[in-house]
Amino acid sequence: MIYFDNVSKKYNEGSVALEEVSFTIEPKEFVSIVGQSGAGKSTLIKLLLAEERPSSGKIFFESQDIHQLSKREIPVVRRKIGTIFQDFRLLPTKTAYENIAFALEAAGRDDAEIAADVPHVLDLVGLSDRADYFPHELSGGQKQRVAIARALVNRPEVLIADEATGNLDPINTWEIVRLFGKINELGTTVVLATHNKDIIDTIGKRVVTLENGKVVRDEKRGKYVL
Amino acid sequence: MLATNFRRIITAALTNFWRNGLVSLATVSVMVLALFMAGSLILFQVLLSSTLDEVRDKIDVTVYFQLDAQEPDILHVKSQLEQLGEVEGVEYVSREEALRLFRERHEGNNLISSALDELGENPLGASLRIQAKDPSHYESIDAFLENGNFTGVDRVNFQQNELVFQRLTSILSAARMGGIGVSVALGAIAFLVVFNTIRLAIYTSREEIGVMRLVGASNWFVRGPFLIEGVFHGLVASLATVFIFWPITLWLGPRAQSFFGGQNLFNYYAENFFIFFLQLLAVGVVLGVLSSFIATRRYLKV
Repeated sequence: MIYFDNVSKKYNEGSVALEEVSFTIEPKEFVSIVGQSGAGKSTLIKLLLAEERPSSGKIFFESQDIHQLSKREIPVVRRKIGTIFQDFRLLPTKTAYENIAFALEAAGRDDAEIAADVPHVLDLVGLSDRADYFPHELSGGQKQRVAIARALVNRPEVLIADEATGNLDPINTWEIVRLFGKINELGTTVVLATHNKDIIDTIGKRVVTLENGKVVRDEKRGKYVL
Repeated sequence: MLATNFRRIITAALTNFWRNGLVSLATVSVMVLALFMAGSLILFQVLLSSTLDEVRDKIDVTVYFQLDAQEPDILHVKSQLEQLGEVEGVEYVSREEALRLFRERHEGNNLISSALDELGENPLGASLRIQAKDPSHYESIDAFLENGNFTGVDRVNFQQNELVFQRLTSILSAARMGGIGVSVALGAIAFLVVFNTIRLAIYTSREEIGVMRLVGASNWFVRGPFLIEGVFHGLVASLATVFIFWPITLWLGPRAQSFFGGQNLFNYYAENFFIFFLQLLAVGVVLGVLSSFIATRRYLKV
């Protein structure tokens, strides 16, 4: 489903973010990408979202080289990938409901679908009573759950979380990790980039370890080892 | 699909406009200032050009004919003049007409009318009043009359007024050039101020733009609301500006008229209200949309 083929990324001469990275993610897999800050996790995700271009190598999503796509085609691919960030990245002038509805509007869904799907995902993340709150009126954990709801509402094939729990307290962290597990069981591929040892050790799924821009370990039932 | 997107873009623009109330207010205020400047320049040009027209109407060259000049000779000169490209119109004042005008002007002055009666014959000659298309043309018209050797011509009054003419001509064209120069300079400044205000407003939304792109929105779906907001800014600002001009022209109109001559600005404002509004609207909308377009372009590269 996702295939990194010998990908390297240099931001400028002498600063290598990724070096000859190759790996495959199968459909419905739950993959954690671990490594210290600066190991290349975020770069890897930016490349996958076509936010950045690789210096060399290719990245395939459903057998499509995503860096060959035109400016028009990129949004179509992004709608199939739900993304969650450490800093939530909600739209501050829109309510929780509108933030989620925006993803559907952008994808061109009709009003009836939006009216049906948004309450559904709000319920899934347990925020039905916060639909009309603005992001600044929500706690960190609630904001992240809105972001998850927004990522899920387009029924993406892949859910990517970049340090999604980095700004949350332990209780919220576990709730969100449990939510990821549930989403994965429902058939969505989950890619989790993190440097949180406890999370990785508890999940007990595939772990890809990055060090200085290289894949140093790739284990089926991995632990966080550095 | 297209209609749905369009409706969503407009709804989003309205919501943003309303929720970012302070930013919208600031942008509209700055745009009102810019449009006020644009409107003032329009009114200044109207005042200047109506004053120019009035002054120009008062300038003419008159050819006086000898008392015994024959009418066909006079009409010959008239037709020759009318063939000149520089001539706007030629008015023929016959001897009888001149006398009648003279009596009219001095009606009630018994001394003059009794002197005329005593004289018994008409002491006034016929004349041609020539209007040029532009004040700078009088010199060549004068030269034409000088070199033409027309029979019956007594004198041309241009030479007597030549210095005044030249001064007036140069003052008028300088005022016009100055007006255009000032318009261009102020227009450029106003444009830059509005452009920067809108750019700053959009700069605060740059992360939002990036997020919208990452959530899978197309460029036009992200940009649309900003452009429509630009239209709203232009619309609200031009409405506000056009009504600000009401009391101003009402107060200034008669005063400017008594100082410069020319047209009463309030009459112009009242008669051309709709066109004036459309002019301001066009400037405002173009300014708003263009600024938003340029400002969003930077942040849409994600």
